[in-house]
Amino acid sequence: MDIKLQQVSYAYSMGTPFEKYALFDVDLTIPHGTYQAIIGHTGSGKSTILQHFNGLLKPSKGQVHIGDRVIVAGKKAKELKPVRQKVGIVFQFPEHQLFEETVLKDIMFGPMNFGVSEEVAEERARELIHLVGLPEDTLNKSPFDLSGGQMRRVAIAGVLAMEPEVIVLDEPTAGLDPRGQKEIMDMFYALHKERGLTTILVTHSMEDAARYADAIAIMHEGRCVLNGTPHEIFSDAETLEKYRLELPHIVRFQRKIEKLINRSLSKICLTEEELALEVAHALREGREAK
Amino acid sequence: MTEILSFSNVSFSYTPDSPEHRKAVQNVSFSINEGEWIAIVGHNGSGKSTMVKLVSGLLFPQEGEVRVMRNILTEENLWEARSNIGMVFQNPDNQFVGATVQDDVAFALENSGVPYKDMVERVHSSLEQVKMDKFLNHEPHHLSGGQKQRVAIAGALAMRPKLLILDEATSMLDPQGRDEVLKTVRALREEIGLTVLSITHDVEEAIFADRVLFMNDGKKYAEGTPSEIFALGDKLVEFGLELPFAMRMTKLFQENGVLLAGQHMSEEELVNDLWTSNFNK
Amino acid sequence: MMEKMIFGRYIPGDSFVHRLDPRSKLVFVFAFILVVFLANNIITYALLLAFTLLVILMSRIRVYFLINGLKPVMILLVFTFLIHILFTREGDILFELGFLKVYEEGLRQGIFISIRFLVLVLMTSILTLTTSPISITDGIEVLLNPLKKMKMPVHELALMMSIALRFIPTLMDETDKIMKAQMARGSDLSAGPLKERIKAVVPLLVPLFVSAFKRAEDLATAMEVRGYRGGEGRTRYRQLKWDWRDTTSLVVLAVMTVLLVFYRN
Repeated sequence: MDIKLQQVSYAYSMGTPFEKYALFDVDLTIPHGTYQAIIGHTGSGKSTILQHFNGLLKPSKGQVHIGDRVIVAGKKAKELKPVRQKVGIVFQFPEHQLFEETVLKDIMFGPMNFGVSEEVAEERARELIHLVGLPEDTLNKSPFDLSGGQMRRVAIAGVLAMEPEVIVLDEPTAGLDPRGQKEIMDMFYALHKERGLTTILVTHSMEDAARYADAIAIMHEGRCVLNGTPHEIFSDAETLEKYRLELPHIVRFQRKIEKLINRSLSKICLTEEELALEVAHALREGREAK
Repeated sequence: MTEILSFSNVSFSYTPDSPEHRKAVQNVSFSINEGEWIAIVGHNGSGKSTMVKLVSGLLFPQEGEVRVMRNILTEENLWEARSNIGMVFQNPDNQFVGATVQDDVAFALENSGVPYKDMVERVHSSLEQVKMDKFLNHEPHHLSGGQKQRVAIAGALAMRPKLLILDEATSMLDPQGRDEVLKTVRALREEIGLTVLSITHDVEEAIFADRVLFMNDGKKYAEGTPSEIFALGDKLVEFGLELPFAMRMTKLFQENGVLLAGQHMSEEELVNDLWTSNFNK
Repeated sequence: MMEKMIFGRYIPGDSFVHRLDPRSKLVFVFAFILVVFLANNIITYALLLAFTLLVILMSRIRVYFLINGLKPVMILLVFTFLIHILFTREGDILFELGFLKVYEEGLRQGIFISIRFLVLVLMTSILTLTTSPISITDGIEVLLNPLKKMKMPVHELALMMSIALRFIPTLMDETDKIMKAQMARGSDLSAGPLKERIKAVVPLLVPLFVSAFKRAEDLATAMEVRGYRGGEGRTRYRQLKWDWRDTTSLVVLAVMTVLLVFYRN
């Protein structure tokens, strides 16, 4: 299911003295099965854009294609439920959305809203609780008795239980400790690979974008100013700097090494492992050349 | 050296009467002297936050003693102890009391009955120290997370505290906000030699500390300089933390057969070592 | 839409009215509300209207903004006007339209009541538009201070009010966020039969309360650690300053009252 934004602008408080545009003419196509990162500072329009992916916000100008559905500015969009089932959003601090008496019920809430039977919903919950790394007896507990990290996992299971084709993640690891962060990010990456989920990661973290994404879009003051593969995006540090963004730590480090040895490595490395291999390789070649 | 804060054999449990009671803090001792920066690191649930509550007198230990300015912390001297300690908490929104930036900075001053003229001067000077003096009349919902945390620091500074505690003060911020706050704290250390206790799970933040306390499961697992602590390597990872970037790279280089002379906490050291060990022969 | 309502909103500025002490503004508006009832003929109502226009001019609030923002109130105004016109049956008949008879007295009453209503709404709007909620709170606290002697917790009430005001935007954002999150999980808050809609409110209210309590707890801790122990021995950072403007405005209102008494029937 492709997602396509065409000339999308969005204004809050349209038609009032407080009208304020948050998005300007955004064009962005996210093909089916892509891992797309959207990067930008707070206030760059990231969170506004993500609410267009399942019709929570309707564009003030332009149109949004979500699979076969088209949401056009100025026209009433009826029956958005099918769209919302297909595009799951994990909001920032999703643990704030938990409300049921038990974890089980909370995970079942989403699917049952979309007409899934109770049995199937429960089955999904039992399966998902393991996937998010919690023991099965968690299902019968109150979500409010869990730790923050556990609540986060339950909330994620609640979104996954809808079995969406596209999953949108808004800073999914904010506030977690390093181990928790890595576990969550790896889990989403595995889901992306195994189930072919289209994944949209909205983040501040250049590091996560470098490590996981196929494509990176840069948002700046309500505009989508760049979109390309990580290699394309990170080979142009000057343009990034214009948008007050830095290269990922790993790429900056590679640049330091390259400056020191006075030659470029054969490619831009996006993970620490890759860079270590590449440096080792370059050194071996250097030695053999002598 | 003046001792600002000390724990001696402190234990605390939230459920002391239940049979399977687990101690949130178990037999912890350490001390902070004037001018030091101590970082307490540990994963979520390692007992870090309980320790903060014991320092600020929100909780009292069941065993052991907490001393603030060499006095054992009790119900009686609690308020005096608090006036010596400034605290910045995790959630920037939930500690902003005032309607505007300057009102919030003045809050603690009002509480301790500082006269008006004195207050105005202190509010302005502490906001200058955190470079928020251009935002005097801003309301909190028009500020970024990093700015709110800097206001919170100013609010603490206005009381001229002996100790500033940062309780996961950067964990809810974006990278920009985190940089802002850490730069502010480091500048304050240089300018006025502020004593700092920071509680964090961000190892890059702990690198700047003079000493690191590594907590696991309510116990002090290790204490030492950042390089001593990070030399524990895989133990840190096992306990839910991560190694600083330069150390992770050092390890990966060595695994891939790149020659290096030693362990490194900073990138500069690592790059230099890489140069001297491999090219400059 | 709520966004268009300006009743109760504050627009920062530095006009004469903005710079008045909240105490004088509060006293002024309350006194004005009473004074309005003195008017009972064309001259006095004209005086009131002129006076209100003068205050609007001095507050430098854009008239377009006022009219636009008070549209919902205008409906009420037109409604009262029509009621008076249709149901007052005194004096000469001005004109007839089938069974509708409009009397002279009805028109008079309709216009007068509308003016009265209009100036009251305008005046109170100007108060809130030119005074930040926190200043209003300060003003109320000081004005109510004498009640402390009667063991009224004036300081605590004022603090509660100011914290509530401070958290309104935060909780509004939070509500919006939770609502969006539940809508993304297929909950539908805007459609379906009433029973369904009431059920759909639970997923919104529970998280909202949980988070509000969490915030309250955090805030209480932060306040305690920052040395808050109730109103006793506290000094005030927010100072209220009474100057010539405040005295002048109250004197002007007094003159106005005298004029009204003089010219009324």
